[in-house]
Amino acid sequence: MSPREGDVHARGMADAVARRSYGKLVAFLAARTRDVAAAEDALSEAFASALADWPVNGCPANPEAWLLTVARRKAIDGARRRRSGELAANELQILAEGFEAAASQEEIPDQRLALMFACAHPAIEAGIRAPLILQVVLGLNAVMIASAFLLSPAAMGQRLLRAKNKIRTAGIPFRIPGREVLSSRLDTVLDAIYAAFAEGWVDAAGTDHARRDLAEEALFLGRLVAELLPEEPEALGLFALMLHAEARRRARRTPLGEYVPLAEQDPALWDAEMIAVAEALLLRASSLERIGRYQLEGALQSAHVHRRRSGEANWPAVVQLYDALLALSGSPVVAINRALAVAEISGAAAGLAAMQEVAADSRLTQYQPYWAARAELLARQGTHGEARSAYGIAIGLERDPAVRRFLQQRQAALAR
Amino acid sequence: MQYMLLLYADEKSWETFAPAEQAEAVAAYMAYGEALKKAGVYVAANRLGSSGSATTVRMAEGKAQVLNGPYAESKEQLGGYFAIDVPDLDAALSWAARCPGAHHGIVEVRPFWTDPA
Repeated sequence: MSPREGDVHARGMADAVARRSYGKLVAFLAARTRDVAAAEDALSEAFASALADWPVNGCPANPEAWLLTVARRKAIDGARRRRSGELAANELQILAEGFEAAASQEEIPDQRLALMFACAHPAIEAGIRAPLILQVVLGLNAVMIASAFLLSPAAMGQRLLRAKNKIRTAGIPFRIPGREVLSSRLDTVLDAIYAAFAEGWVDAAGTDHARRDLAEEALFLGRLVAELLPEEPEALGLFALMLHAEARRRARRTPLGEYVPLAEQDPALWDAEMIAVAEALLLRASSLERIGRYQLEGALQSAHVHRRRSGEANWPAVVQLYDALLALSGSPVVAINRALAVAEISGAAAGLAAMQEVAADSRLTQYQPYWAARAELLARQGTHGEARSAYGIAIGLERDPAVRRFLQQRQAALAR
Repeated sequence: MQYMLLLYADEKSWETFAPAEQAEAVAAYMAYGEALKKAGVYVAANRLGSSGSATTVRMAEGKAQVLNGPYAESKEQLGGYFAIDVPDLDAALSWAARCPGAHHGIVEVRPFWTDPA
């Protein structure tokens, strides 16, 4: 192999290992000392060493073990440099013991779930949990995460560092919580994964490469949690929910890039296999008899899909699902969607009345779907002047150009 | 790891308790302390005098500025502490939840200082 070929081969191997194992390696390194930042540093230095060493000496038979060995050496060196005295001796002992144990095993134990529970611990600031999981478990860089969550890279970097320090100084455990608290703790992990998915889903056409990756990564995490906790119905529910959304990706845009709402999508463009997997997950979740928010959202997706495929209106069932979801979450967003469903049964005026009940929530003034829903119902009612204003506000709030164009078309179509 | 459980409560509501109620609460705290000792996690504990007994000291321009009263003028005041030694934050939180202080007011759980990385 020529030097250049060796270089390319090594890079390919390193990339593949990174994609496959980054989170596992970080989790393993960080679990003993609770020092996530140090683990990441040690691992990134190990990857740098790999890129220098592998082109020259060939790719190792067990690249994960190679990286772990180098990372552990660097972690120990780092700890030795930073601390002194009794505390350091203890730490070095812990590190050494841990790595002894690992060296004797064939495969590195998968502690990614424990790592996720640490990142989504209630003691961690709520807004940083999703970005933290994305960086620490998936190795996504701070710049990309920052833009997805509308923060400057510097601000994001600072908050991520604070969170990692909190894990270390407050002694947040790397452990799957005990049964009594597992479900509630799992909720925060699931919320973080869903937040990441929602950020990725902002670009439904998948033209923004970085965002599309975000949705894929969230889907990966959702699958991971569902596989590791198959007796947890909400984990299954979240994965099913994301699969449902993902299954319709191709139908959300015309070939020209125009936005297509669910009611107008061509079911033939949906990924039937993905939908089938989602349905199976929801079925299994319901057999565990512990209803929750994500199962209800999944069930709603299921109901929408069924209605479009069969042509049978099922709005009363949909309203019932929204009722249950509203009781669980009290979310004004749910109330809006419920109001639209109510309108399908009882007319636009009834839908508007249902929306009035939550209109007082000040958060909604900045929420595009609220104004778009209002505009839609006002238009159906015939009050075109108000509808036009509401569309105007919705358009002003919308980030996605394709959705903006769609709203503008709807607005323009209103008779004067 | 060592943690401080700092107990904050509204002193005024304590004053509205009948003597029997107060005695019951004190007994609950004693029992809690015993439980910590039996579990082998107890490090130290104390009840503090009411905020009325507090005095603050601050050095300003080379002179000691001494003022009557607690540092923070808040509804909840620091009333006592338990120091415990447990494996991780979840263990500390679990003990904090069982502290009578969590019913009467709020318990702040803070680790002892550790050196930064």
